[in-house]
Amino acid sequence: MCTVCGCSELVMADGRVMSHDEAHGLGLAHSHGPAPALVALPFPHVQAAHQTLPANGTDHHHYGNGSAGVSVPGMSQTRLIEVETSILAKNDGFAASNRRLLEALGVLALNLVSSPGSGKTTLLCRTIEALGNVPLAVIEGDQQTSADADRIRATGARAIQINTGKGCHLDAQMVGHAIDSLRPQPASFLFIENVGNLVCPAAFDLGEAAKVAILSVTEGEDKPLKYPDMFTAARLAILNKLDLAPHCDANLELYEANLRRVNPKIEILRLSARTGEGMAEWLAWLRARLQGMAR
Amino acid sequence: MHEMNLAEGVRNIVEDQARLHGFARVSVLRLEIGRFAGVERSALEFAFDVVMRGSPAEGARLEMIELPGRGLCYDCAAIVEIDGRLDPCPLCGGERVIPDGGDEMRIKDMEVM
Repeated sequence: MCTVCGCSELVMADGRVMSHDEAHGLGLAHSHGPAPALVALPFPHVQAAHQTLPANGTDHHHYGNGSAGVSVPGMSQTRLIEVETSILAKNDGFAASNRRLLEALGVLALNLVSSPGSGKTTLLCRTIEALGNVPLAVIEGDQQTSADADRIRATGARAIQINTGKGCHLDAQMVGHAIDSLRPQPASFLFIENVGNLVCPAAFDLGEAAKVAILSVTEGEDKPLKYPDMFTAARLAILNKLDLAPHCDANLELYEANLRRVNPKIEILRLSARTGEGMAEWLAWLRARLQGMAR
Repeated sequence: MHEMNLAEGVRNIVEDQARLHGFARVSVLRLEIGRFAGVERSALEFAFDVVMRGSPAEGARLEMIELPGRGLCYDCAAIVEIDGRLDPCPLCGGERVIPDGGDEMRIKDMEVM
């Protein structure tokens, strides 16, 4: 059966019998119904494409019965347009151009994602202090306030705050504009702190080299299973607030097992931004990725 | 998830296509939504009605075709069809199945006038 309009295999088109798919492929007008009957109809106008073929029998050609109520020569009343376009195509286009620019500059862009309150900003502030004079810039996403960008700027780093208003995530166009304003230096870090939200930011590519998911040990071991999209999309997970683990009976092995359950490839680091435990491994991870950009 | 946003993406594409193909109205719009796309059907239907007002797709019928979830099993290396993100591999029972499809959200086609 024809996959375009669902009629039987052989049709008459361009004065010969051919397969229906072939007729569609060649864009030829053709008739429908059992093929043998069609051979008796050698008139191309009667055998017009099915959308325009009047359907009231052979002795009564009634045009204008379609949904538009009128007939325009050469134009069918209802057409099928194959689109096959991703709904997020626009975002993905902006993301691809961000990625090209960042890769050309050798900038390592990391999209930091987590629920609100997991310690992203504190981790970033400690990271910036620890990285010393390595060039870097920060894009902060929140629904409201410039509190986070203010905290980042207090460390001496350049930061841009994006307020999404009602938006639940950053998108690639917002980040593209922020990159234009920040003009990141070649071979530098660009940290993008997404809106605190374990759902929506997973679907929006920003042009980053990798997503880093931050999960604090106070949030519950089941979070990777409850919000799998985000942890599936992440390359690295940071188990943060390690210093609090004993106070909330956190089962670190279970956290890691659940992370690997939703993403067998995920890398995991245990860390406390407060005490500095695990910071050395995180910094080594960052430096290795930045070197990888230069190659 | 953010169905309002997705509906706006659909509207953008409809308007682009209307300019490209010169049509005035969309009667049927078909979306392919993967099982793991995180799209809530009823929320998208609601957002679609609201967001399409004033566009060629105002009043259009929205059809959603669900595409199956697919995953790569890290234990037996097969690509398998799965219903849930956390389902075990139907072939070997392994639990390390990483989604490898089923996150599609795209406009398949539309009937236009």
